[in-house]
Parts: sequence; structure tokens; C-alpha cells
Amino acid sequence: MEPHTLAIVWFVLIAVLWAGYLVLEGFDFGVGMLLRPLSRDDTERRLVINTIGPVWDGNEVWLLVAGGATFAAFPEWYATMFSGFYLPLLLILVALIIRAVAFEYRGKIDDDTWRNRWDWAITFGSWLPAVLWGVAFGNLVRGVELDADHQMTSAFVDLLNPYALLGGATTALLFLTHGAIFLALKTDGEFRHRARRLAQRLAVASAGVAAVFVLWTQLAHSGKTWTWGAVALAAAGVVAALLAIRAGREGWAFAASTAAVIGAVVLIFGSMYPDVMPAINDPANSLTVANASATPKTLTIMTWVAGFLTPLVLAYQGWTYWVFRKRLTADRIPAPVGLPLRAEAGRR
Amino acid sequence: MDAVDAARWQFAIVTVYHFIFVPLTIGLSPLVAIMQTAWLVTGKDHWLRLTKFFGKLLLVNFAIGVATGIVQEFQFGMNWSEYSRFVGDIFGAPLAIEGLAAFFVESTFLGLWIFGWDRLPRLLHLASIWLVALATNLSAFFILAANSWMQHPVGAIYNPETGRAELDDFGAVLLNNTLWAAYTHTIATALLVAGTFVTGVAGWLMVREVRAGRVDLARAVYRPAALIGLVTIVASGAGVAVSGDWQAKLMFEQQPMKMAAAEGLCETQTGAGFSILTVGDLSNSCEGVIHLIEVPGLTSYLATGDFAGEVQGVPELQEYMEERYGDTDAAGEPVSYSPNLALTYWSFRLMIGFAIFSAALAVAALYLLRRKGAVTGNRWFARLCLVAIPMPFVAASFGWIFTETGRQPWVVVPNPTGVDMVRMLTSDGVSGVVGLGKVITSLAVFTLIYGVLAVVWVKLMSRYASHGAVEVAPPPDPEDADSDRPLSFAY
Ligand code: HDD
Ligand code: HEM
Ligand code: HEM
Repeated sequence: MEPHTLAIVWFVLIAVLWAGYLVLEGFDFGVGMLLRPLSRDDTERRLVINTIGPVWDGNEVWLLVAGGATFAAFPEWYATMFSGFYLPLLLILVALIIRAVAFEYRGKIDDDTWRNRWDWAITFGSWLPAVLWGVAFGNLVRGVELDADHQMTSAFVDLLNPYALLGGATTALLFLTHGAIFLALKTDGEFRHRARRLAQRLAVASAGVAAVFVLWTQLAHSGKTWTWGAVALAAAGVVAALLAIRAGREGWAFAASTAAVIGAVVLIFGSMYPDVMPAINDPANSLTVANASATPKTLTIMTWVAGFLTPLVLAYQGWTYWVFRKRLTADRIPAPVGLPLRAEAGRR
Repeated sequence: MDAVDAARWQFAIVTVYHFIFVPLTIGLSPLVAIMQTAWLVTGKDHWLRLTKFFGKLLLVNFAIGVATGIVQEFQFGMNWSEYSRFVGDIFGAPLAIEGLAAFFVESTFLGLWIFGWDRLPRLLHLASIWLVALATNLSAFFILAANSWMQHPVGAIYNPETGRAELDDFGAVLLNNTLWAAYTHTIATALLVAGTFVTGVAGWLMVREVRAGRVDLARAVYRPAALIGLVTIVASGAGVAVSGDWQAKLMFEQQPMKMAAAEGLCETQTGAGFSILTVGDLSNSCEGVIHLIEVPGLTSYLATGDFAGEVQGVPELQEYMEERYGDTDAAGEPVSYSPNLALTYWSFRLMIGFAIFSAALAVAALYLLRRKGAVTGNRWFARLCLVAIPMPFVAASFGWIFTETGRQPWVVVPNPTGVDMVRMLTSDGVSGVVGLGKVITSLAVFTLIYGVLAVVWVKLMSRYASHGAVEVAPPPDPEDADSDRPLSFAY
């Protein structure tokens, strides 16, 4: 069965949405993971959170749209993947819930215990998805067990295979690096130097792990010549990020780590194509771009809508980053604005 | 309990929970935008105080709406994958469009509003909160488009080859009359929730300040806020009633079984009365249903617009549906086409009944504040304020419980005037590969987390509300001054 052209278009668009999500939320996961280790006191923690404060929610919507677009354009894929990856998704949802609430609530009460608890929520809520998205994509590339009705029958432990776990380590390290670079780019003074130093070390580590992951992907799961281009992009991105951050060029380093994430996403989706969920037990059971897609009518409508709205979204989100382009420093973070835990006795 | 029951409980809990926060966001964001507009137009300090005060409460509320919304987007695939396969071609599109058209705008411009007080030119900053208000209302439209399609599937055909529903006419999905009635009703509800919230909070603070001798403060700050809420309650209350009546008429055409269940109608009647009190046993059968108090002819009027109109009873509808849709499900079990009668009957009445409190609040406020510049220190009014605040939230939840359980056993209700092959029983929509253990796990996890979050939410909301609309320094004008100002409204 040949896929409809629009189905291919939507496969590409979903890859774009995931790339957007992992690039954007990738750095704010990194920032969340570094919240505790990198900052020395509460003011610095607030500095760290304020670097992503205005944008993290907008970044997360890329995930919601990727999910919604998969539902609309590939209902079978959405149904099989989300019911099949039930437990990992549950963990991701838990993480995203407490993380979202933590950003908004940590400063609302001026109390150390209160803030500390939410900081742990941010830490946990950033680490877990950073690792699990890598594990999930590793399994998508490697293939899962599907029966003839396209139901996924792999057990949870099957998902924890070495290749997928390496995928998890890769995304976690890439996001850590990406986040450290972002912090160096958005702050100034002593903190900026600290972030830069950490970014250098992290970049070395991610270069090593990512190299193994992309080569393994290319050699064992892709079999296409053109995806060597994605391998090269990912590799060049990590190396360039390392060189640029050494040279103190944070803007370039950020562009380079962005390229590395994009390279990895292109490689993942490129390796899967024309499948969207390869069946490891019997290729005849695989979900493909052709057999999982919605009807051409739905795809046509969605194409019009996305064609109009996506440029608009990119424009105003880009503009937001420009509005908040100033570097932040700890000495300019105002005093906490939260209320005390209890209303003062006797106030009324 | 089997996996279907567990999945239904889970959907009910997480969705009703999401919808506790959503109406306040939908209704309060335009009210905050109005307050900020008033500040820019009049330059009066109290409007800025109120904007920041209710803005803070909006943000505390928004956070949980966002966090619980993420689950909504995923759970169709996780727990209802057979449903997702069957309807995805039609149902997925509004969900995706909601994200692209509404959630992006909402989240981005809310970030700009929170952090942009001293970064954006005043008008642009004002525009941000208006865009947030617009986008929350737009998101409601698309999600309701999806939901209304399940209540009344239009613009779709059944493809016997794939066994799936397919999109035929997207325009019909968006012009669905069920959608427009539900949208009007839901937005009116949201405004009722927010109006009651604003009047309740401002009224309570007014009494407190008057009793503490700060009459000027009460007059300058809380009186205008209470009045804004009051106008909102009155206008939205009328909207709720009119749109609810519209929905009832559509329901009679489109889901007669839900109507019969809502009225505990056990036989076909002309000039059916609206029951105020009916008792029955909980066996979910018609035997033992006794109507104690009723308003003659009102049900017929609600349904048909004629006090003598004919309304069908549950047993007749059951017979008709068995004939049309078969008397066994896919597994060969007999199907009952009637929803839980007691639940449907009572949730309908509780939805309407709880609105009494908003009405009482409005009447009291109207009376006490009727004279120019009047404020009140009446203790009973303060108590009424506190009691009234949560009530419309509860009413709205019962409205949804009515709508959603009243359509059982269907997840996609067959459209009596359309292609009725586009239909699905709830028990056929559940994920085949997700066993009871997994569903119970997620049910427990979500219930636990949501329970904790509810406690935190109540604590923060009441803490910030009782703190009051304190004085705030006007934000520096971004056009002059150095560009390095600290983020004053930041986390
Ligand atoms: C404050 C909340 C509130 C109040 C006071 C009312 N409603 Fe309501 N009602 C809702 C909140 C709500 C809701 C939560 O928003 C629902 C659930 C689904 C929907 O579209 O709106 C709803 C649904 C709903 C439905 C079901 C539609 C369906 O199943 O397709 C009907 C027939 C009515 N309402 C009718 C009324 C009438 C006649 C009311 C009194 C005048 C009324 N409602 C007051
Ligand atoms: C787009 C919007 C919505 C969709 C697509 C939707 C869909 C569903 C689905 C798939 C189920 C499970 C099957 C079932 O048991 O009926 C369900 C059940 C339910 N939903 Fe909705 N729903 C929507 C909105 C809401 C909202 C906003 C609420 C309440 C706040 C709500 C309340 C419920 C309840 C109480 C049930 C349980 C019914 C039962 O199991 O008897 N729904 N809905
Ligand atoms: C009548 C039913 C519903 C309405 C009116 C509604 C509306 C809203 C609104 C206004 C928000 C903004 C955040 C907030 O609440 O503060 C929101 C959040 C969200 N809702 Fe709902 N919702 C409904 C039910 C659902 C359902 C059934 C889904 C599942 C598809 C869903 C998906 C989401 C998502 C994903 C978010 C998070 C958006 C963000 O990050 O900004 N909602 N919803």
C-alpha cells in the first residue's frame, strides 16, 4: 500500500513538532535538572527558574500539539502507541503535572520548606521525562511486538532493553548540556561562568554517549544512506557546541546544541520511515505511514489549518524570546513576593 | 470492577477535576482583562490593585488547569484506544486545532503578561491578557466540538471496509447545533462561576474592611469589584437558563433516552410534568418510581415547547432501541439502553438547584449595595459570600455528570436523524491491551496526586484571597527608564 502524499507530509510535520518540543522543552528540562546542583542559594534558584519562567508553558504546548496532531493524522498510531506505552506515559504525566504546578507555586509562599519541596518536584519532574522520552523513542525505532490487530503486546520490561536505555541516557545528557548552555546564555556574572564550565564538561559526556547511540541507530535500525546526514548533523552539533562554549560563544553553542537535538530527531524519524511503529515480531504487523493514517479529507483540512497557524505560532513565540532577551543576574532578582505560610496572628 | 469500570471511573475523576478549574479560568480571565482596561482608561489606582489581586488568583488556578489538561490530551489513547481508532479521523482534528489555535496563544501570552509588566508597552501588555481571555474561550469551543460530536455525531460516515467512522463534512462538525448550545451554556456557566467568585471574594473582604473601620478602602476597592461580579452573575445567569432550555430541546430530539431518564419518566406521556421530587429504589428499573411533587406540563414544555407535547418513557425507548441496535453487545451480553436513572435524575436537579446560591448572592448584593457608594459590614452577607463561592463549581460538575452519564451506555450516541452506524458502546471503546491492574494503578496515582493538589489549591486560593487587594506600586513605564529592571512580578 502506497502512502498518500499528505500522510507523508504529516509524518514530516509530526517529526517537526517533536523536534520543536525536544529542542524547546529540552533546554527547560535541562534547566530544571540543574536547578539544585548549579545554584548556591535561593536567589540563584529563582534566577535559574526565571530564565525559563515566561516560556516553559509555551514550550510544553509543543507536546500537546504533537499528541493532538498524531491523533488527528494517524489515529491508529496514537491509539497503539499510547495504550502500549501505558506505564511510561503515566510516569511522564505525573512528572509533567507536578513540574508545572511547582513552577507556579514555589514562590507563592515565602517559606524555605515549602520552596524546597517544590524544588524537588521540579528536579524529579525534569529528570524523569528527559530520560523516558529517550527510552520511548529508542523503542519506537527498535520496534515493539504488535499483533495482527495492531495491538502492542510488549511487556513493560521489554521496553527496558539496552538500546532504549542508551537512548534515555542520550536524551538526558543532551538536555543537560542544552540546558547548561541556555543558562550560560541567559545569565551574567559569576553564575554565567559556572554554567559555562559545567556545560563544557557535560558536552564532552554527551558527545561520547550520543556518538554510540546515533551510530547504533544508523547501523542497526536505519539502513538508509541519507540518514547518515542526520548522524553527521547530530555529531557536528555536539562537537560545535563544545568548541563554541569553550570559546565563550554562548549563542553559537546554543545553536549547535539545538542542531544536535534536531539531528537526533531526524535520525529517529528517518530510521522509522515508512513505519511509524515497526513490529519486531512480524514486519507484516507493522504500523506504517500508509496503514495508520487518517483519510485524505481530514489530512487536507489539517494541512490548511497547520499551514496558516504554524507560522503565526513561530512568530509570536520567537517574539517572546526577543522580549525577554536580557541576561538575568542574581543581584537583580527582587526580594521574594510570596506570602508567609500563615496570616500573621493578630492582623485581624 | 473490570477494566471498563476502572477506566470510566478514571475518566470521570480526572475530567470532572479538570473542569473544576477550567470554568474559573475561562470566566475570570476576561474579568481581569476588563479590570486592567479600566485601569488604563481611568488611571485609577484601585483598578490596578484589583487587576493584580484577581490576576494572582487566576494564576494560582491556571496552574492546575494546565497540569491536569495534559492528562486529558493523552488519556484517550491510553484508556480508550479502541474509541480513538474508531473516531480518530473526526475527533482528533478539533483536539489538534485546539492546541495550535488556542493553547499556544494562551500559554505564550500568559507568560508575557506575568513577566511583561515592566517589559512591554502598556497597551501591548493589556493586549496579552485579552488574548489569553480570548484563547481560553476558543479552547473551550474546540474541546466542546469534540464532545458534542460524541453526543450528536454529524458530518461523518461509516466505512464498512475499515469498520471506522470517517470525516465527511468538517463544516457540519463545527456547525453542529449541539455544539453551539453546549458552547453557549458552558461559557455562560464559566461566567457565572467567575462572577460569583468575584462578588463573593470582594463582598467578604468588604465586610471585613468595614468592620475594621476602613470604610474608605472598602468603598474604593471592593465595591467596584463586587459590582463587576454582580453584573456578570445577572447576565450569565440569564444566559445559562436560556441556553439550558435550548439544550433540553435538542436533547429531546437527539437523545430521548437521556431526557426520559432525567425525568424518571416510566411511561410515554402527553403533558408530562416536571418532577421536583421523585423517589424510587436503586434497582435502576421503573418499578417503584413514584412522583411526589411535580409541575404539570413543564417537562413537555421544556422538551417540545408545548405544554401538552408527548414525551416517551424509558421502557418504550428501550424496546425501540433493542429493535434498532440489537439486544446484545459484541460479547453477546444483553444491553440496557437506559443510563443510571437515579444519577441522571438527581444530577440534573442538582445542576439547576445549586444555582440558587448565586442568585441569592446577587439579590443580597443588589439590595445592600443599591445606593451610590454604599458598602456593607453585614456579617450574614459575608457568610453568604463564603457559602456561595463554591456552589456554581459544584453545579457545573453535576451538569457534566448529567451529560456524560446520561448518554450511557453509549460513548458515541447514535444520531437518530443521521447515519446511525456511527455509534459506539462505551464498553467497546476501552483499550484492549490495558489490563485492570494498569488502570487501577493510574486511577490510584491520579486520585492521590489530584487530592494533594486540591488541598494545596484551596490553601493558596484562600491565603491569597484573604490577604486582600493590597497596595501595589505602579509598574515603571517601559518606554522610559533603563532596560535592566528586575522582573517584579516574576516567580
Ligand atoms: C453553574 C452551572 C450550571 C447551571 C446553573 C445550569 N447548568 Fe446546565 N449544564 C452545565 C452547567 C450548569 C454544564 C456543566 O456546563 C453542562 C454540562 C455539559 C454542557 O454543555 O454544559 C450542562 C448541561 C446541561 C444539559 C445537558 C445537555 C446534554 O446532555 O446534551 C441541559 C439540558 C442543561 N444543562 C439545562 C440546564 C437548565 C434548563 C438550567 C437552568 C436554568 C441549567 N442547565 C443550569
Ligand atoms: C471533549 C470533551 C469530552 C470528551 C471527549 C469526553 C469523553 C468521555 C469519554 C470517552 C468517557 C468514557 C466513557 C464513558 O464512561 O462515558 C467519558 C465519561 C465521562 N465524562 Fe466525558 N468527555 C468530555 C468532557 C467531559 C467533561 C468536561 C466532563 C466533566 C467535567 C466529563 C465528564 C465525564 C464523566 C462524569 C464520565 C463518566 C461517565 C460514566 O462512566 O458513566 N466529560 N467522557
Ligand atoms: C468542556 C470541557 C473542557 C474545557 C472547556 C476545557 C478548557 C480548557 C482551558 C480553558 C484550559 C486552560 C488552562 C486552564 O484550565 O487554566 C485547558 C487546559 C487544558 N485542557 Fe481542557 N478543557 C475541557 C476538557 C478537556 C478535555 C476533555 C481535554 C482533552 C482533550 C482537555 C485538554 C486540555 C489540555 C491539554 C490543557 C493544557 C493546556 C496548556 O498547557 O495550556 N480539556 N482546558
